[in-house]
Amino acid sequence: MSAVVAEHDDHHDHGPAKGLLRWVITTNHKDIGTLYLLFALAMFFVGGAMAMVIRAELFEPGMQFVNPQFFNSMTTMHALVMVFGAVMPAFVGLANWMIPMMIGAPDMALPRMNNMSFWLLVAGVLLLASTLFMEGGAPASGWTLYPPLVLQTGKALPFAIFSVHLLGISSIMGAINIIATIFNMRAPGMTLMKMPMFVWTWLITAFLLIAIMPVFAGAVTMLLTDKFFATSFFDAAGGGDPVLYQHIFWFFGHPEVYVMILPTFGVASTIIPVFARKPLFGYSSMVHATAAIAFLSFIVWAHHMFTVGMPIAGELYFMYATMLIAIPTGVKVFNWTATMWKGSMTFETPMLFSIAFVVLFTMGGFTGLMMSVAPADFQYHDTYFIVAHFHYTLVPASIFILMAAGYFWLPKWTGHMYDERIGKLHFWLSVISVNVLFFPQHFLGLAGMPRRIPDYAVQFADWNMISSIGGFIFGASQLLFLYIVIHTIKGGTGEKVTSEVWEDAAKHSLEWTLPSPPPYHTFTTPPTVIPTEHI
Amino acid sequence: MSTNNDYYIPHKATWPVIGTGGLLMMLAGFANYLNGSSAGTAWMGLGLAVFIIMLAGWFTLQAGESESGMYSTQVGISYRMGMMWFIFSEIMFFAVFFGALWYTRNLSVPWLGGEGTKAATKELLWPAFEAVWPTNGPGKVGGNFESMGAWGLPFLNTLILLTSGVSCTWAHHGLLAKNRDQLIKGLAVTVGLGLLFVAFQASEYHEAYTEMGLTLGSGIYGSTFFMLTGFHGFHVCVGAIILSVVLFRSWKGHFQPENHFAFEAAAWYWHFVDVVWLGLFIFVYVI
Ligand code: HEM
Ligand SMILES: [Cu+2]
Repeated sequence: MSAVVAEHDDHHDHGPAKGLLRWVITTNHKDIGTLYLLFALAMFFVGGAMAMVIRAELFEPGMQFVNPQFFNSMTTMHALVMVFGAVMPAFVGLANWMIPMMIGAPDMALPRMNNMSFWLLVAGVLLLASTLFMEGGAPASGWTLYPPLVLQTGKALPFAIFSVHLLGISSIMGAINIIATIFNMRAPGMTLMKMPMFVWTWLITAFLLIAIMPVFAGAVTMLLTDKFFATSFFDAAGGGDPVLYQHIFWFFGHPEVYVMILPTFGVASTIIPVFARKPLFGYSSMVHATAAIAFLSFIVWAHHMFTVGMPIAGELYFMYATMLIAIPTGVKVFNWTATMWKGSMTFETPMLFSIAFVVLFTMGGFTGLMMSVAPADFQYHDTYFIVAHFHYTLVPASIFILMAAGYFWLPKWTGHMYDERIGKLHFWLSVISVNVLFFPQHFLGLAGMPRRIPDYAVQFADWNMISSIGGFIFGASQLLFLYIVIHTIKGGTGEKVTSEVWEDAAKHSLEWTLPSPPPYHTFTTPPTVIPTEHI
Repeated sequence: MSTNNDYYIPHKATWPVIGTGGLLMMLAGFANYLNGSSAGTAWMGLGLAVFIIMLAGWFTLQAGESESGMYSTQVGISYRMGMMWFIFSEIMFFAVFFGALWYTRNLSVPWLGGEGTKAATKELLWPAFEAVWPTNGPGKVGGNFESMGAWGLPFLNTLILLTSGVSCTWAHHGLLAKNRDQLIKGLAVTVGLGLLFVAFQASEYHEAYTEMGLTLGSGIYGSTFFMLTGFHGFHVCVGAIILSVVLFRSWKGHFQPENHFAFEAAAWYWHFVDVVWLGLFIFVYVI
């Protein structure tokens, strides 16, 4: 036995494989984290380009650049690429990089499977992207893929469906790995209630993912058999029901939006205390609020279907259940605010993005609450109001926090400091333009402008033009982020960064006790001191 | 206090990318086939072959590592958690189809029959439709059919699967008691019962298609019946293959009372398939 131990002892001295092959066959959590993050960044720009097409077409009333079919393909693909290609992988990338370092583990629990989840993601996105070039165009039904409309898709349909399957398998593998890592790989003394919030939120998110991805896979499998194998799941003539699809989709879809927001909460809870120089306010209430949100997310799905003709009891139940979510969400917002209260705050770029997140996410939460009122939602549903709602919860929330995470941890990952002036410029341009982009969409929606339509009545012209201008500025500003990432990787400001990077950060979390950049293998011997400042 | 050194972290994994490539080929080929392209099937076959080679290669590698004692208890816990959560994801997958069955039987078919606020719709659109289960809907999609009874082959199959659960546990006891003979016999019986189950189901399908007019296209009844039993049957096949591999390894002398994750995983999977069948038997056949 001891011979065997000695034999794999020297495994730890192995550096990465040479050349490009390193990235293909790596099992190292840092390598895989980097792959995920870079892939997500690339997809952020691909999805962003599609959004630019949408805003260009909507700049003025009338048909300008693209035909309606292609326009609808753009709204569909934009959403799918952003959700499955950018936001989710970015958070998985953060999980890979940070969770083992935060809990004092030598790596992820199942390193080979980790590699496979990444490559399945690439395969899934490749299948999805290939549909853009097919006869009949990419899916144009909206990301929800509702039948019967989606069944009119051309050659793209089976490719899109199989892409969902691959993305699902990838997410499930990633989630299993995260759960096994957190439950099984913590350093001695790292009890569950001492884990950084980011680890907690990912633990809960991973449960959500394992529960919902198979549901989505099942839904699209039924689409496949309805189209190609004569089943009648969603066809009333055969005794099925298209609304059944909506129920299944949203049973997946609502928890899915929390898959994107819970890790966001986790990162925010990690960053804010560091720059407020105070422990996180209400750590255990944060944990419980996260769990409560996750639980509630499974029992509110039909708030997406208020106008579909549900029995009145259903409308009422889903209305009140949805309103409940505002409670744990409110707990979180108050906790972040209380963490900053009387803190000795400084406003480096990660903190700026985090503060903007707290404010603007709350906006998105409030519009959500408005839409949870079933009779009111008859007016808002399928208008630009809901587009404004979810973009507030996703762009100045999830995306901003991803940016914040980038600024916060890039010095740790690369050992170089980013350029604070350009970072601030990026922040201010983003925070202003994102509001110019999405705030007017509330007005458009309340006035009745439908979503997913390439043309509109002239009364909507002014706000659309303003929104598009905001969109172009927001899109262009993100190139600054790209520049900063490349610049930092290549050496940044040249300033030497310490292992802590941020003042007293090591009191909050273990990654700051490691050198910047950390060696290829970390915590081959578990840490002995567990930081608790974040609690 | 442990050092993390005895947690085995593999390096330079080649099987995952190979497997991904195989899956991608298989699915892209299948999609092309569905779109009527002739090259589709060839790609599917090729992808499947690559995928199978990957499975064989990856599992051989893991089995070798396990037998040479590279996995600490902690590694074993990671594998067990992995398997448990994988089975949970499978449960959710089946739940979708059970949910669809529940929803159509209890909500949407009665609505089609005019229940609740839907009376006028029914009178105007399909006055002749009666909401009884089994149904193929107001459009009588797929033509006349007979529904599948519970107390013939399906009941026999229930007994078969339950017995196989017992034989699987018996094999486990053999393994724990270092009784290799019992282990091998138990596993062989389990695999044999699994194959018998599949054979009976195949003959049931044959009868449905040739004599009862019952097909996948027989409206919502046919859809839910064949999707649920079909996916389950597929899982029985997968489970039987896994058990055969475990049987082969037992015969080669693998597994010790304190180190037999592969056996446990296979057994859990088999019991899961068993429990799903009980659900099917009750909700698809009996009720
Ligand atoms: C306070 C919490 C929230 C409430 C009460 C809420 C409520 C709602 C409601 C009622 C709708 C349906 C509107 C309609 O279709 O008419 C909706 C849509 C949506 N929400 Fe939220 N929401 C909340 C938070 C969030 C969060 C945190 C996210 C994402 C991170 C999110 C993402 C979305 C998305 C993507 C849609 C649109 C889905 C679609 O139709 O394409 N929401 N929300
Ligand atoms: Cu929702």
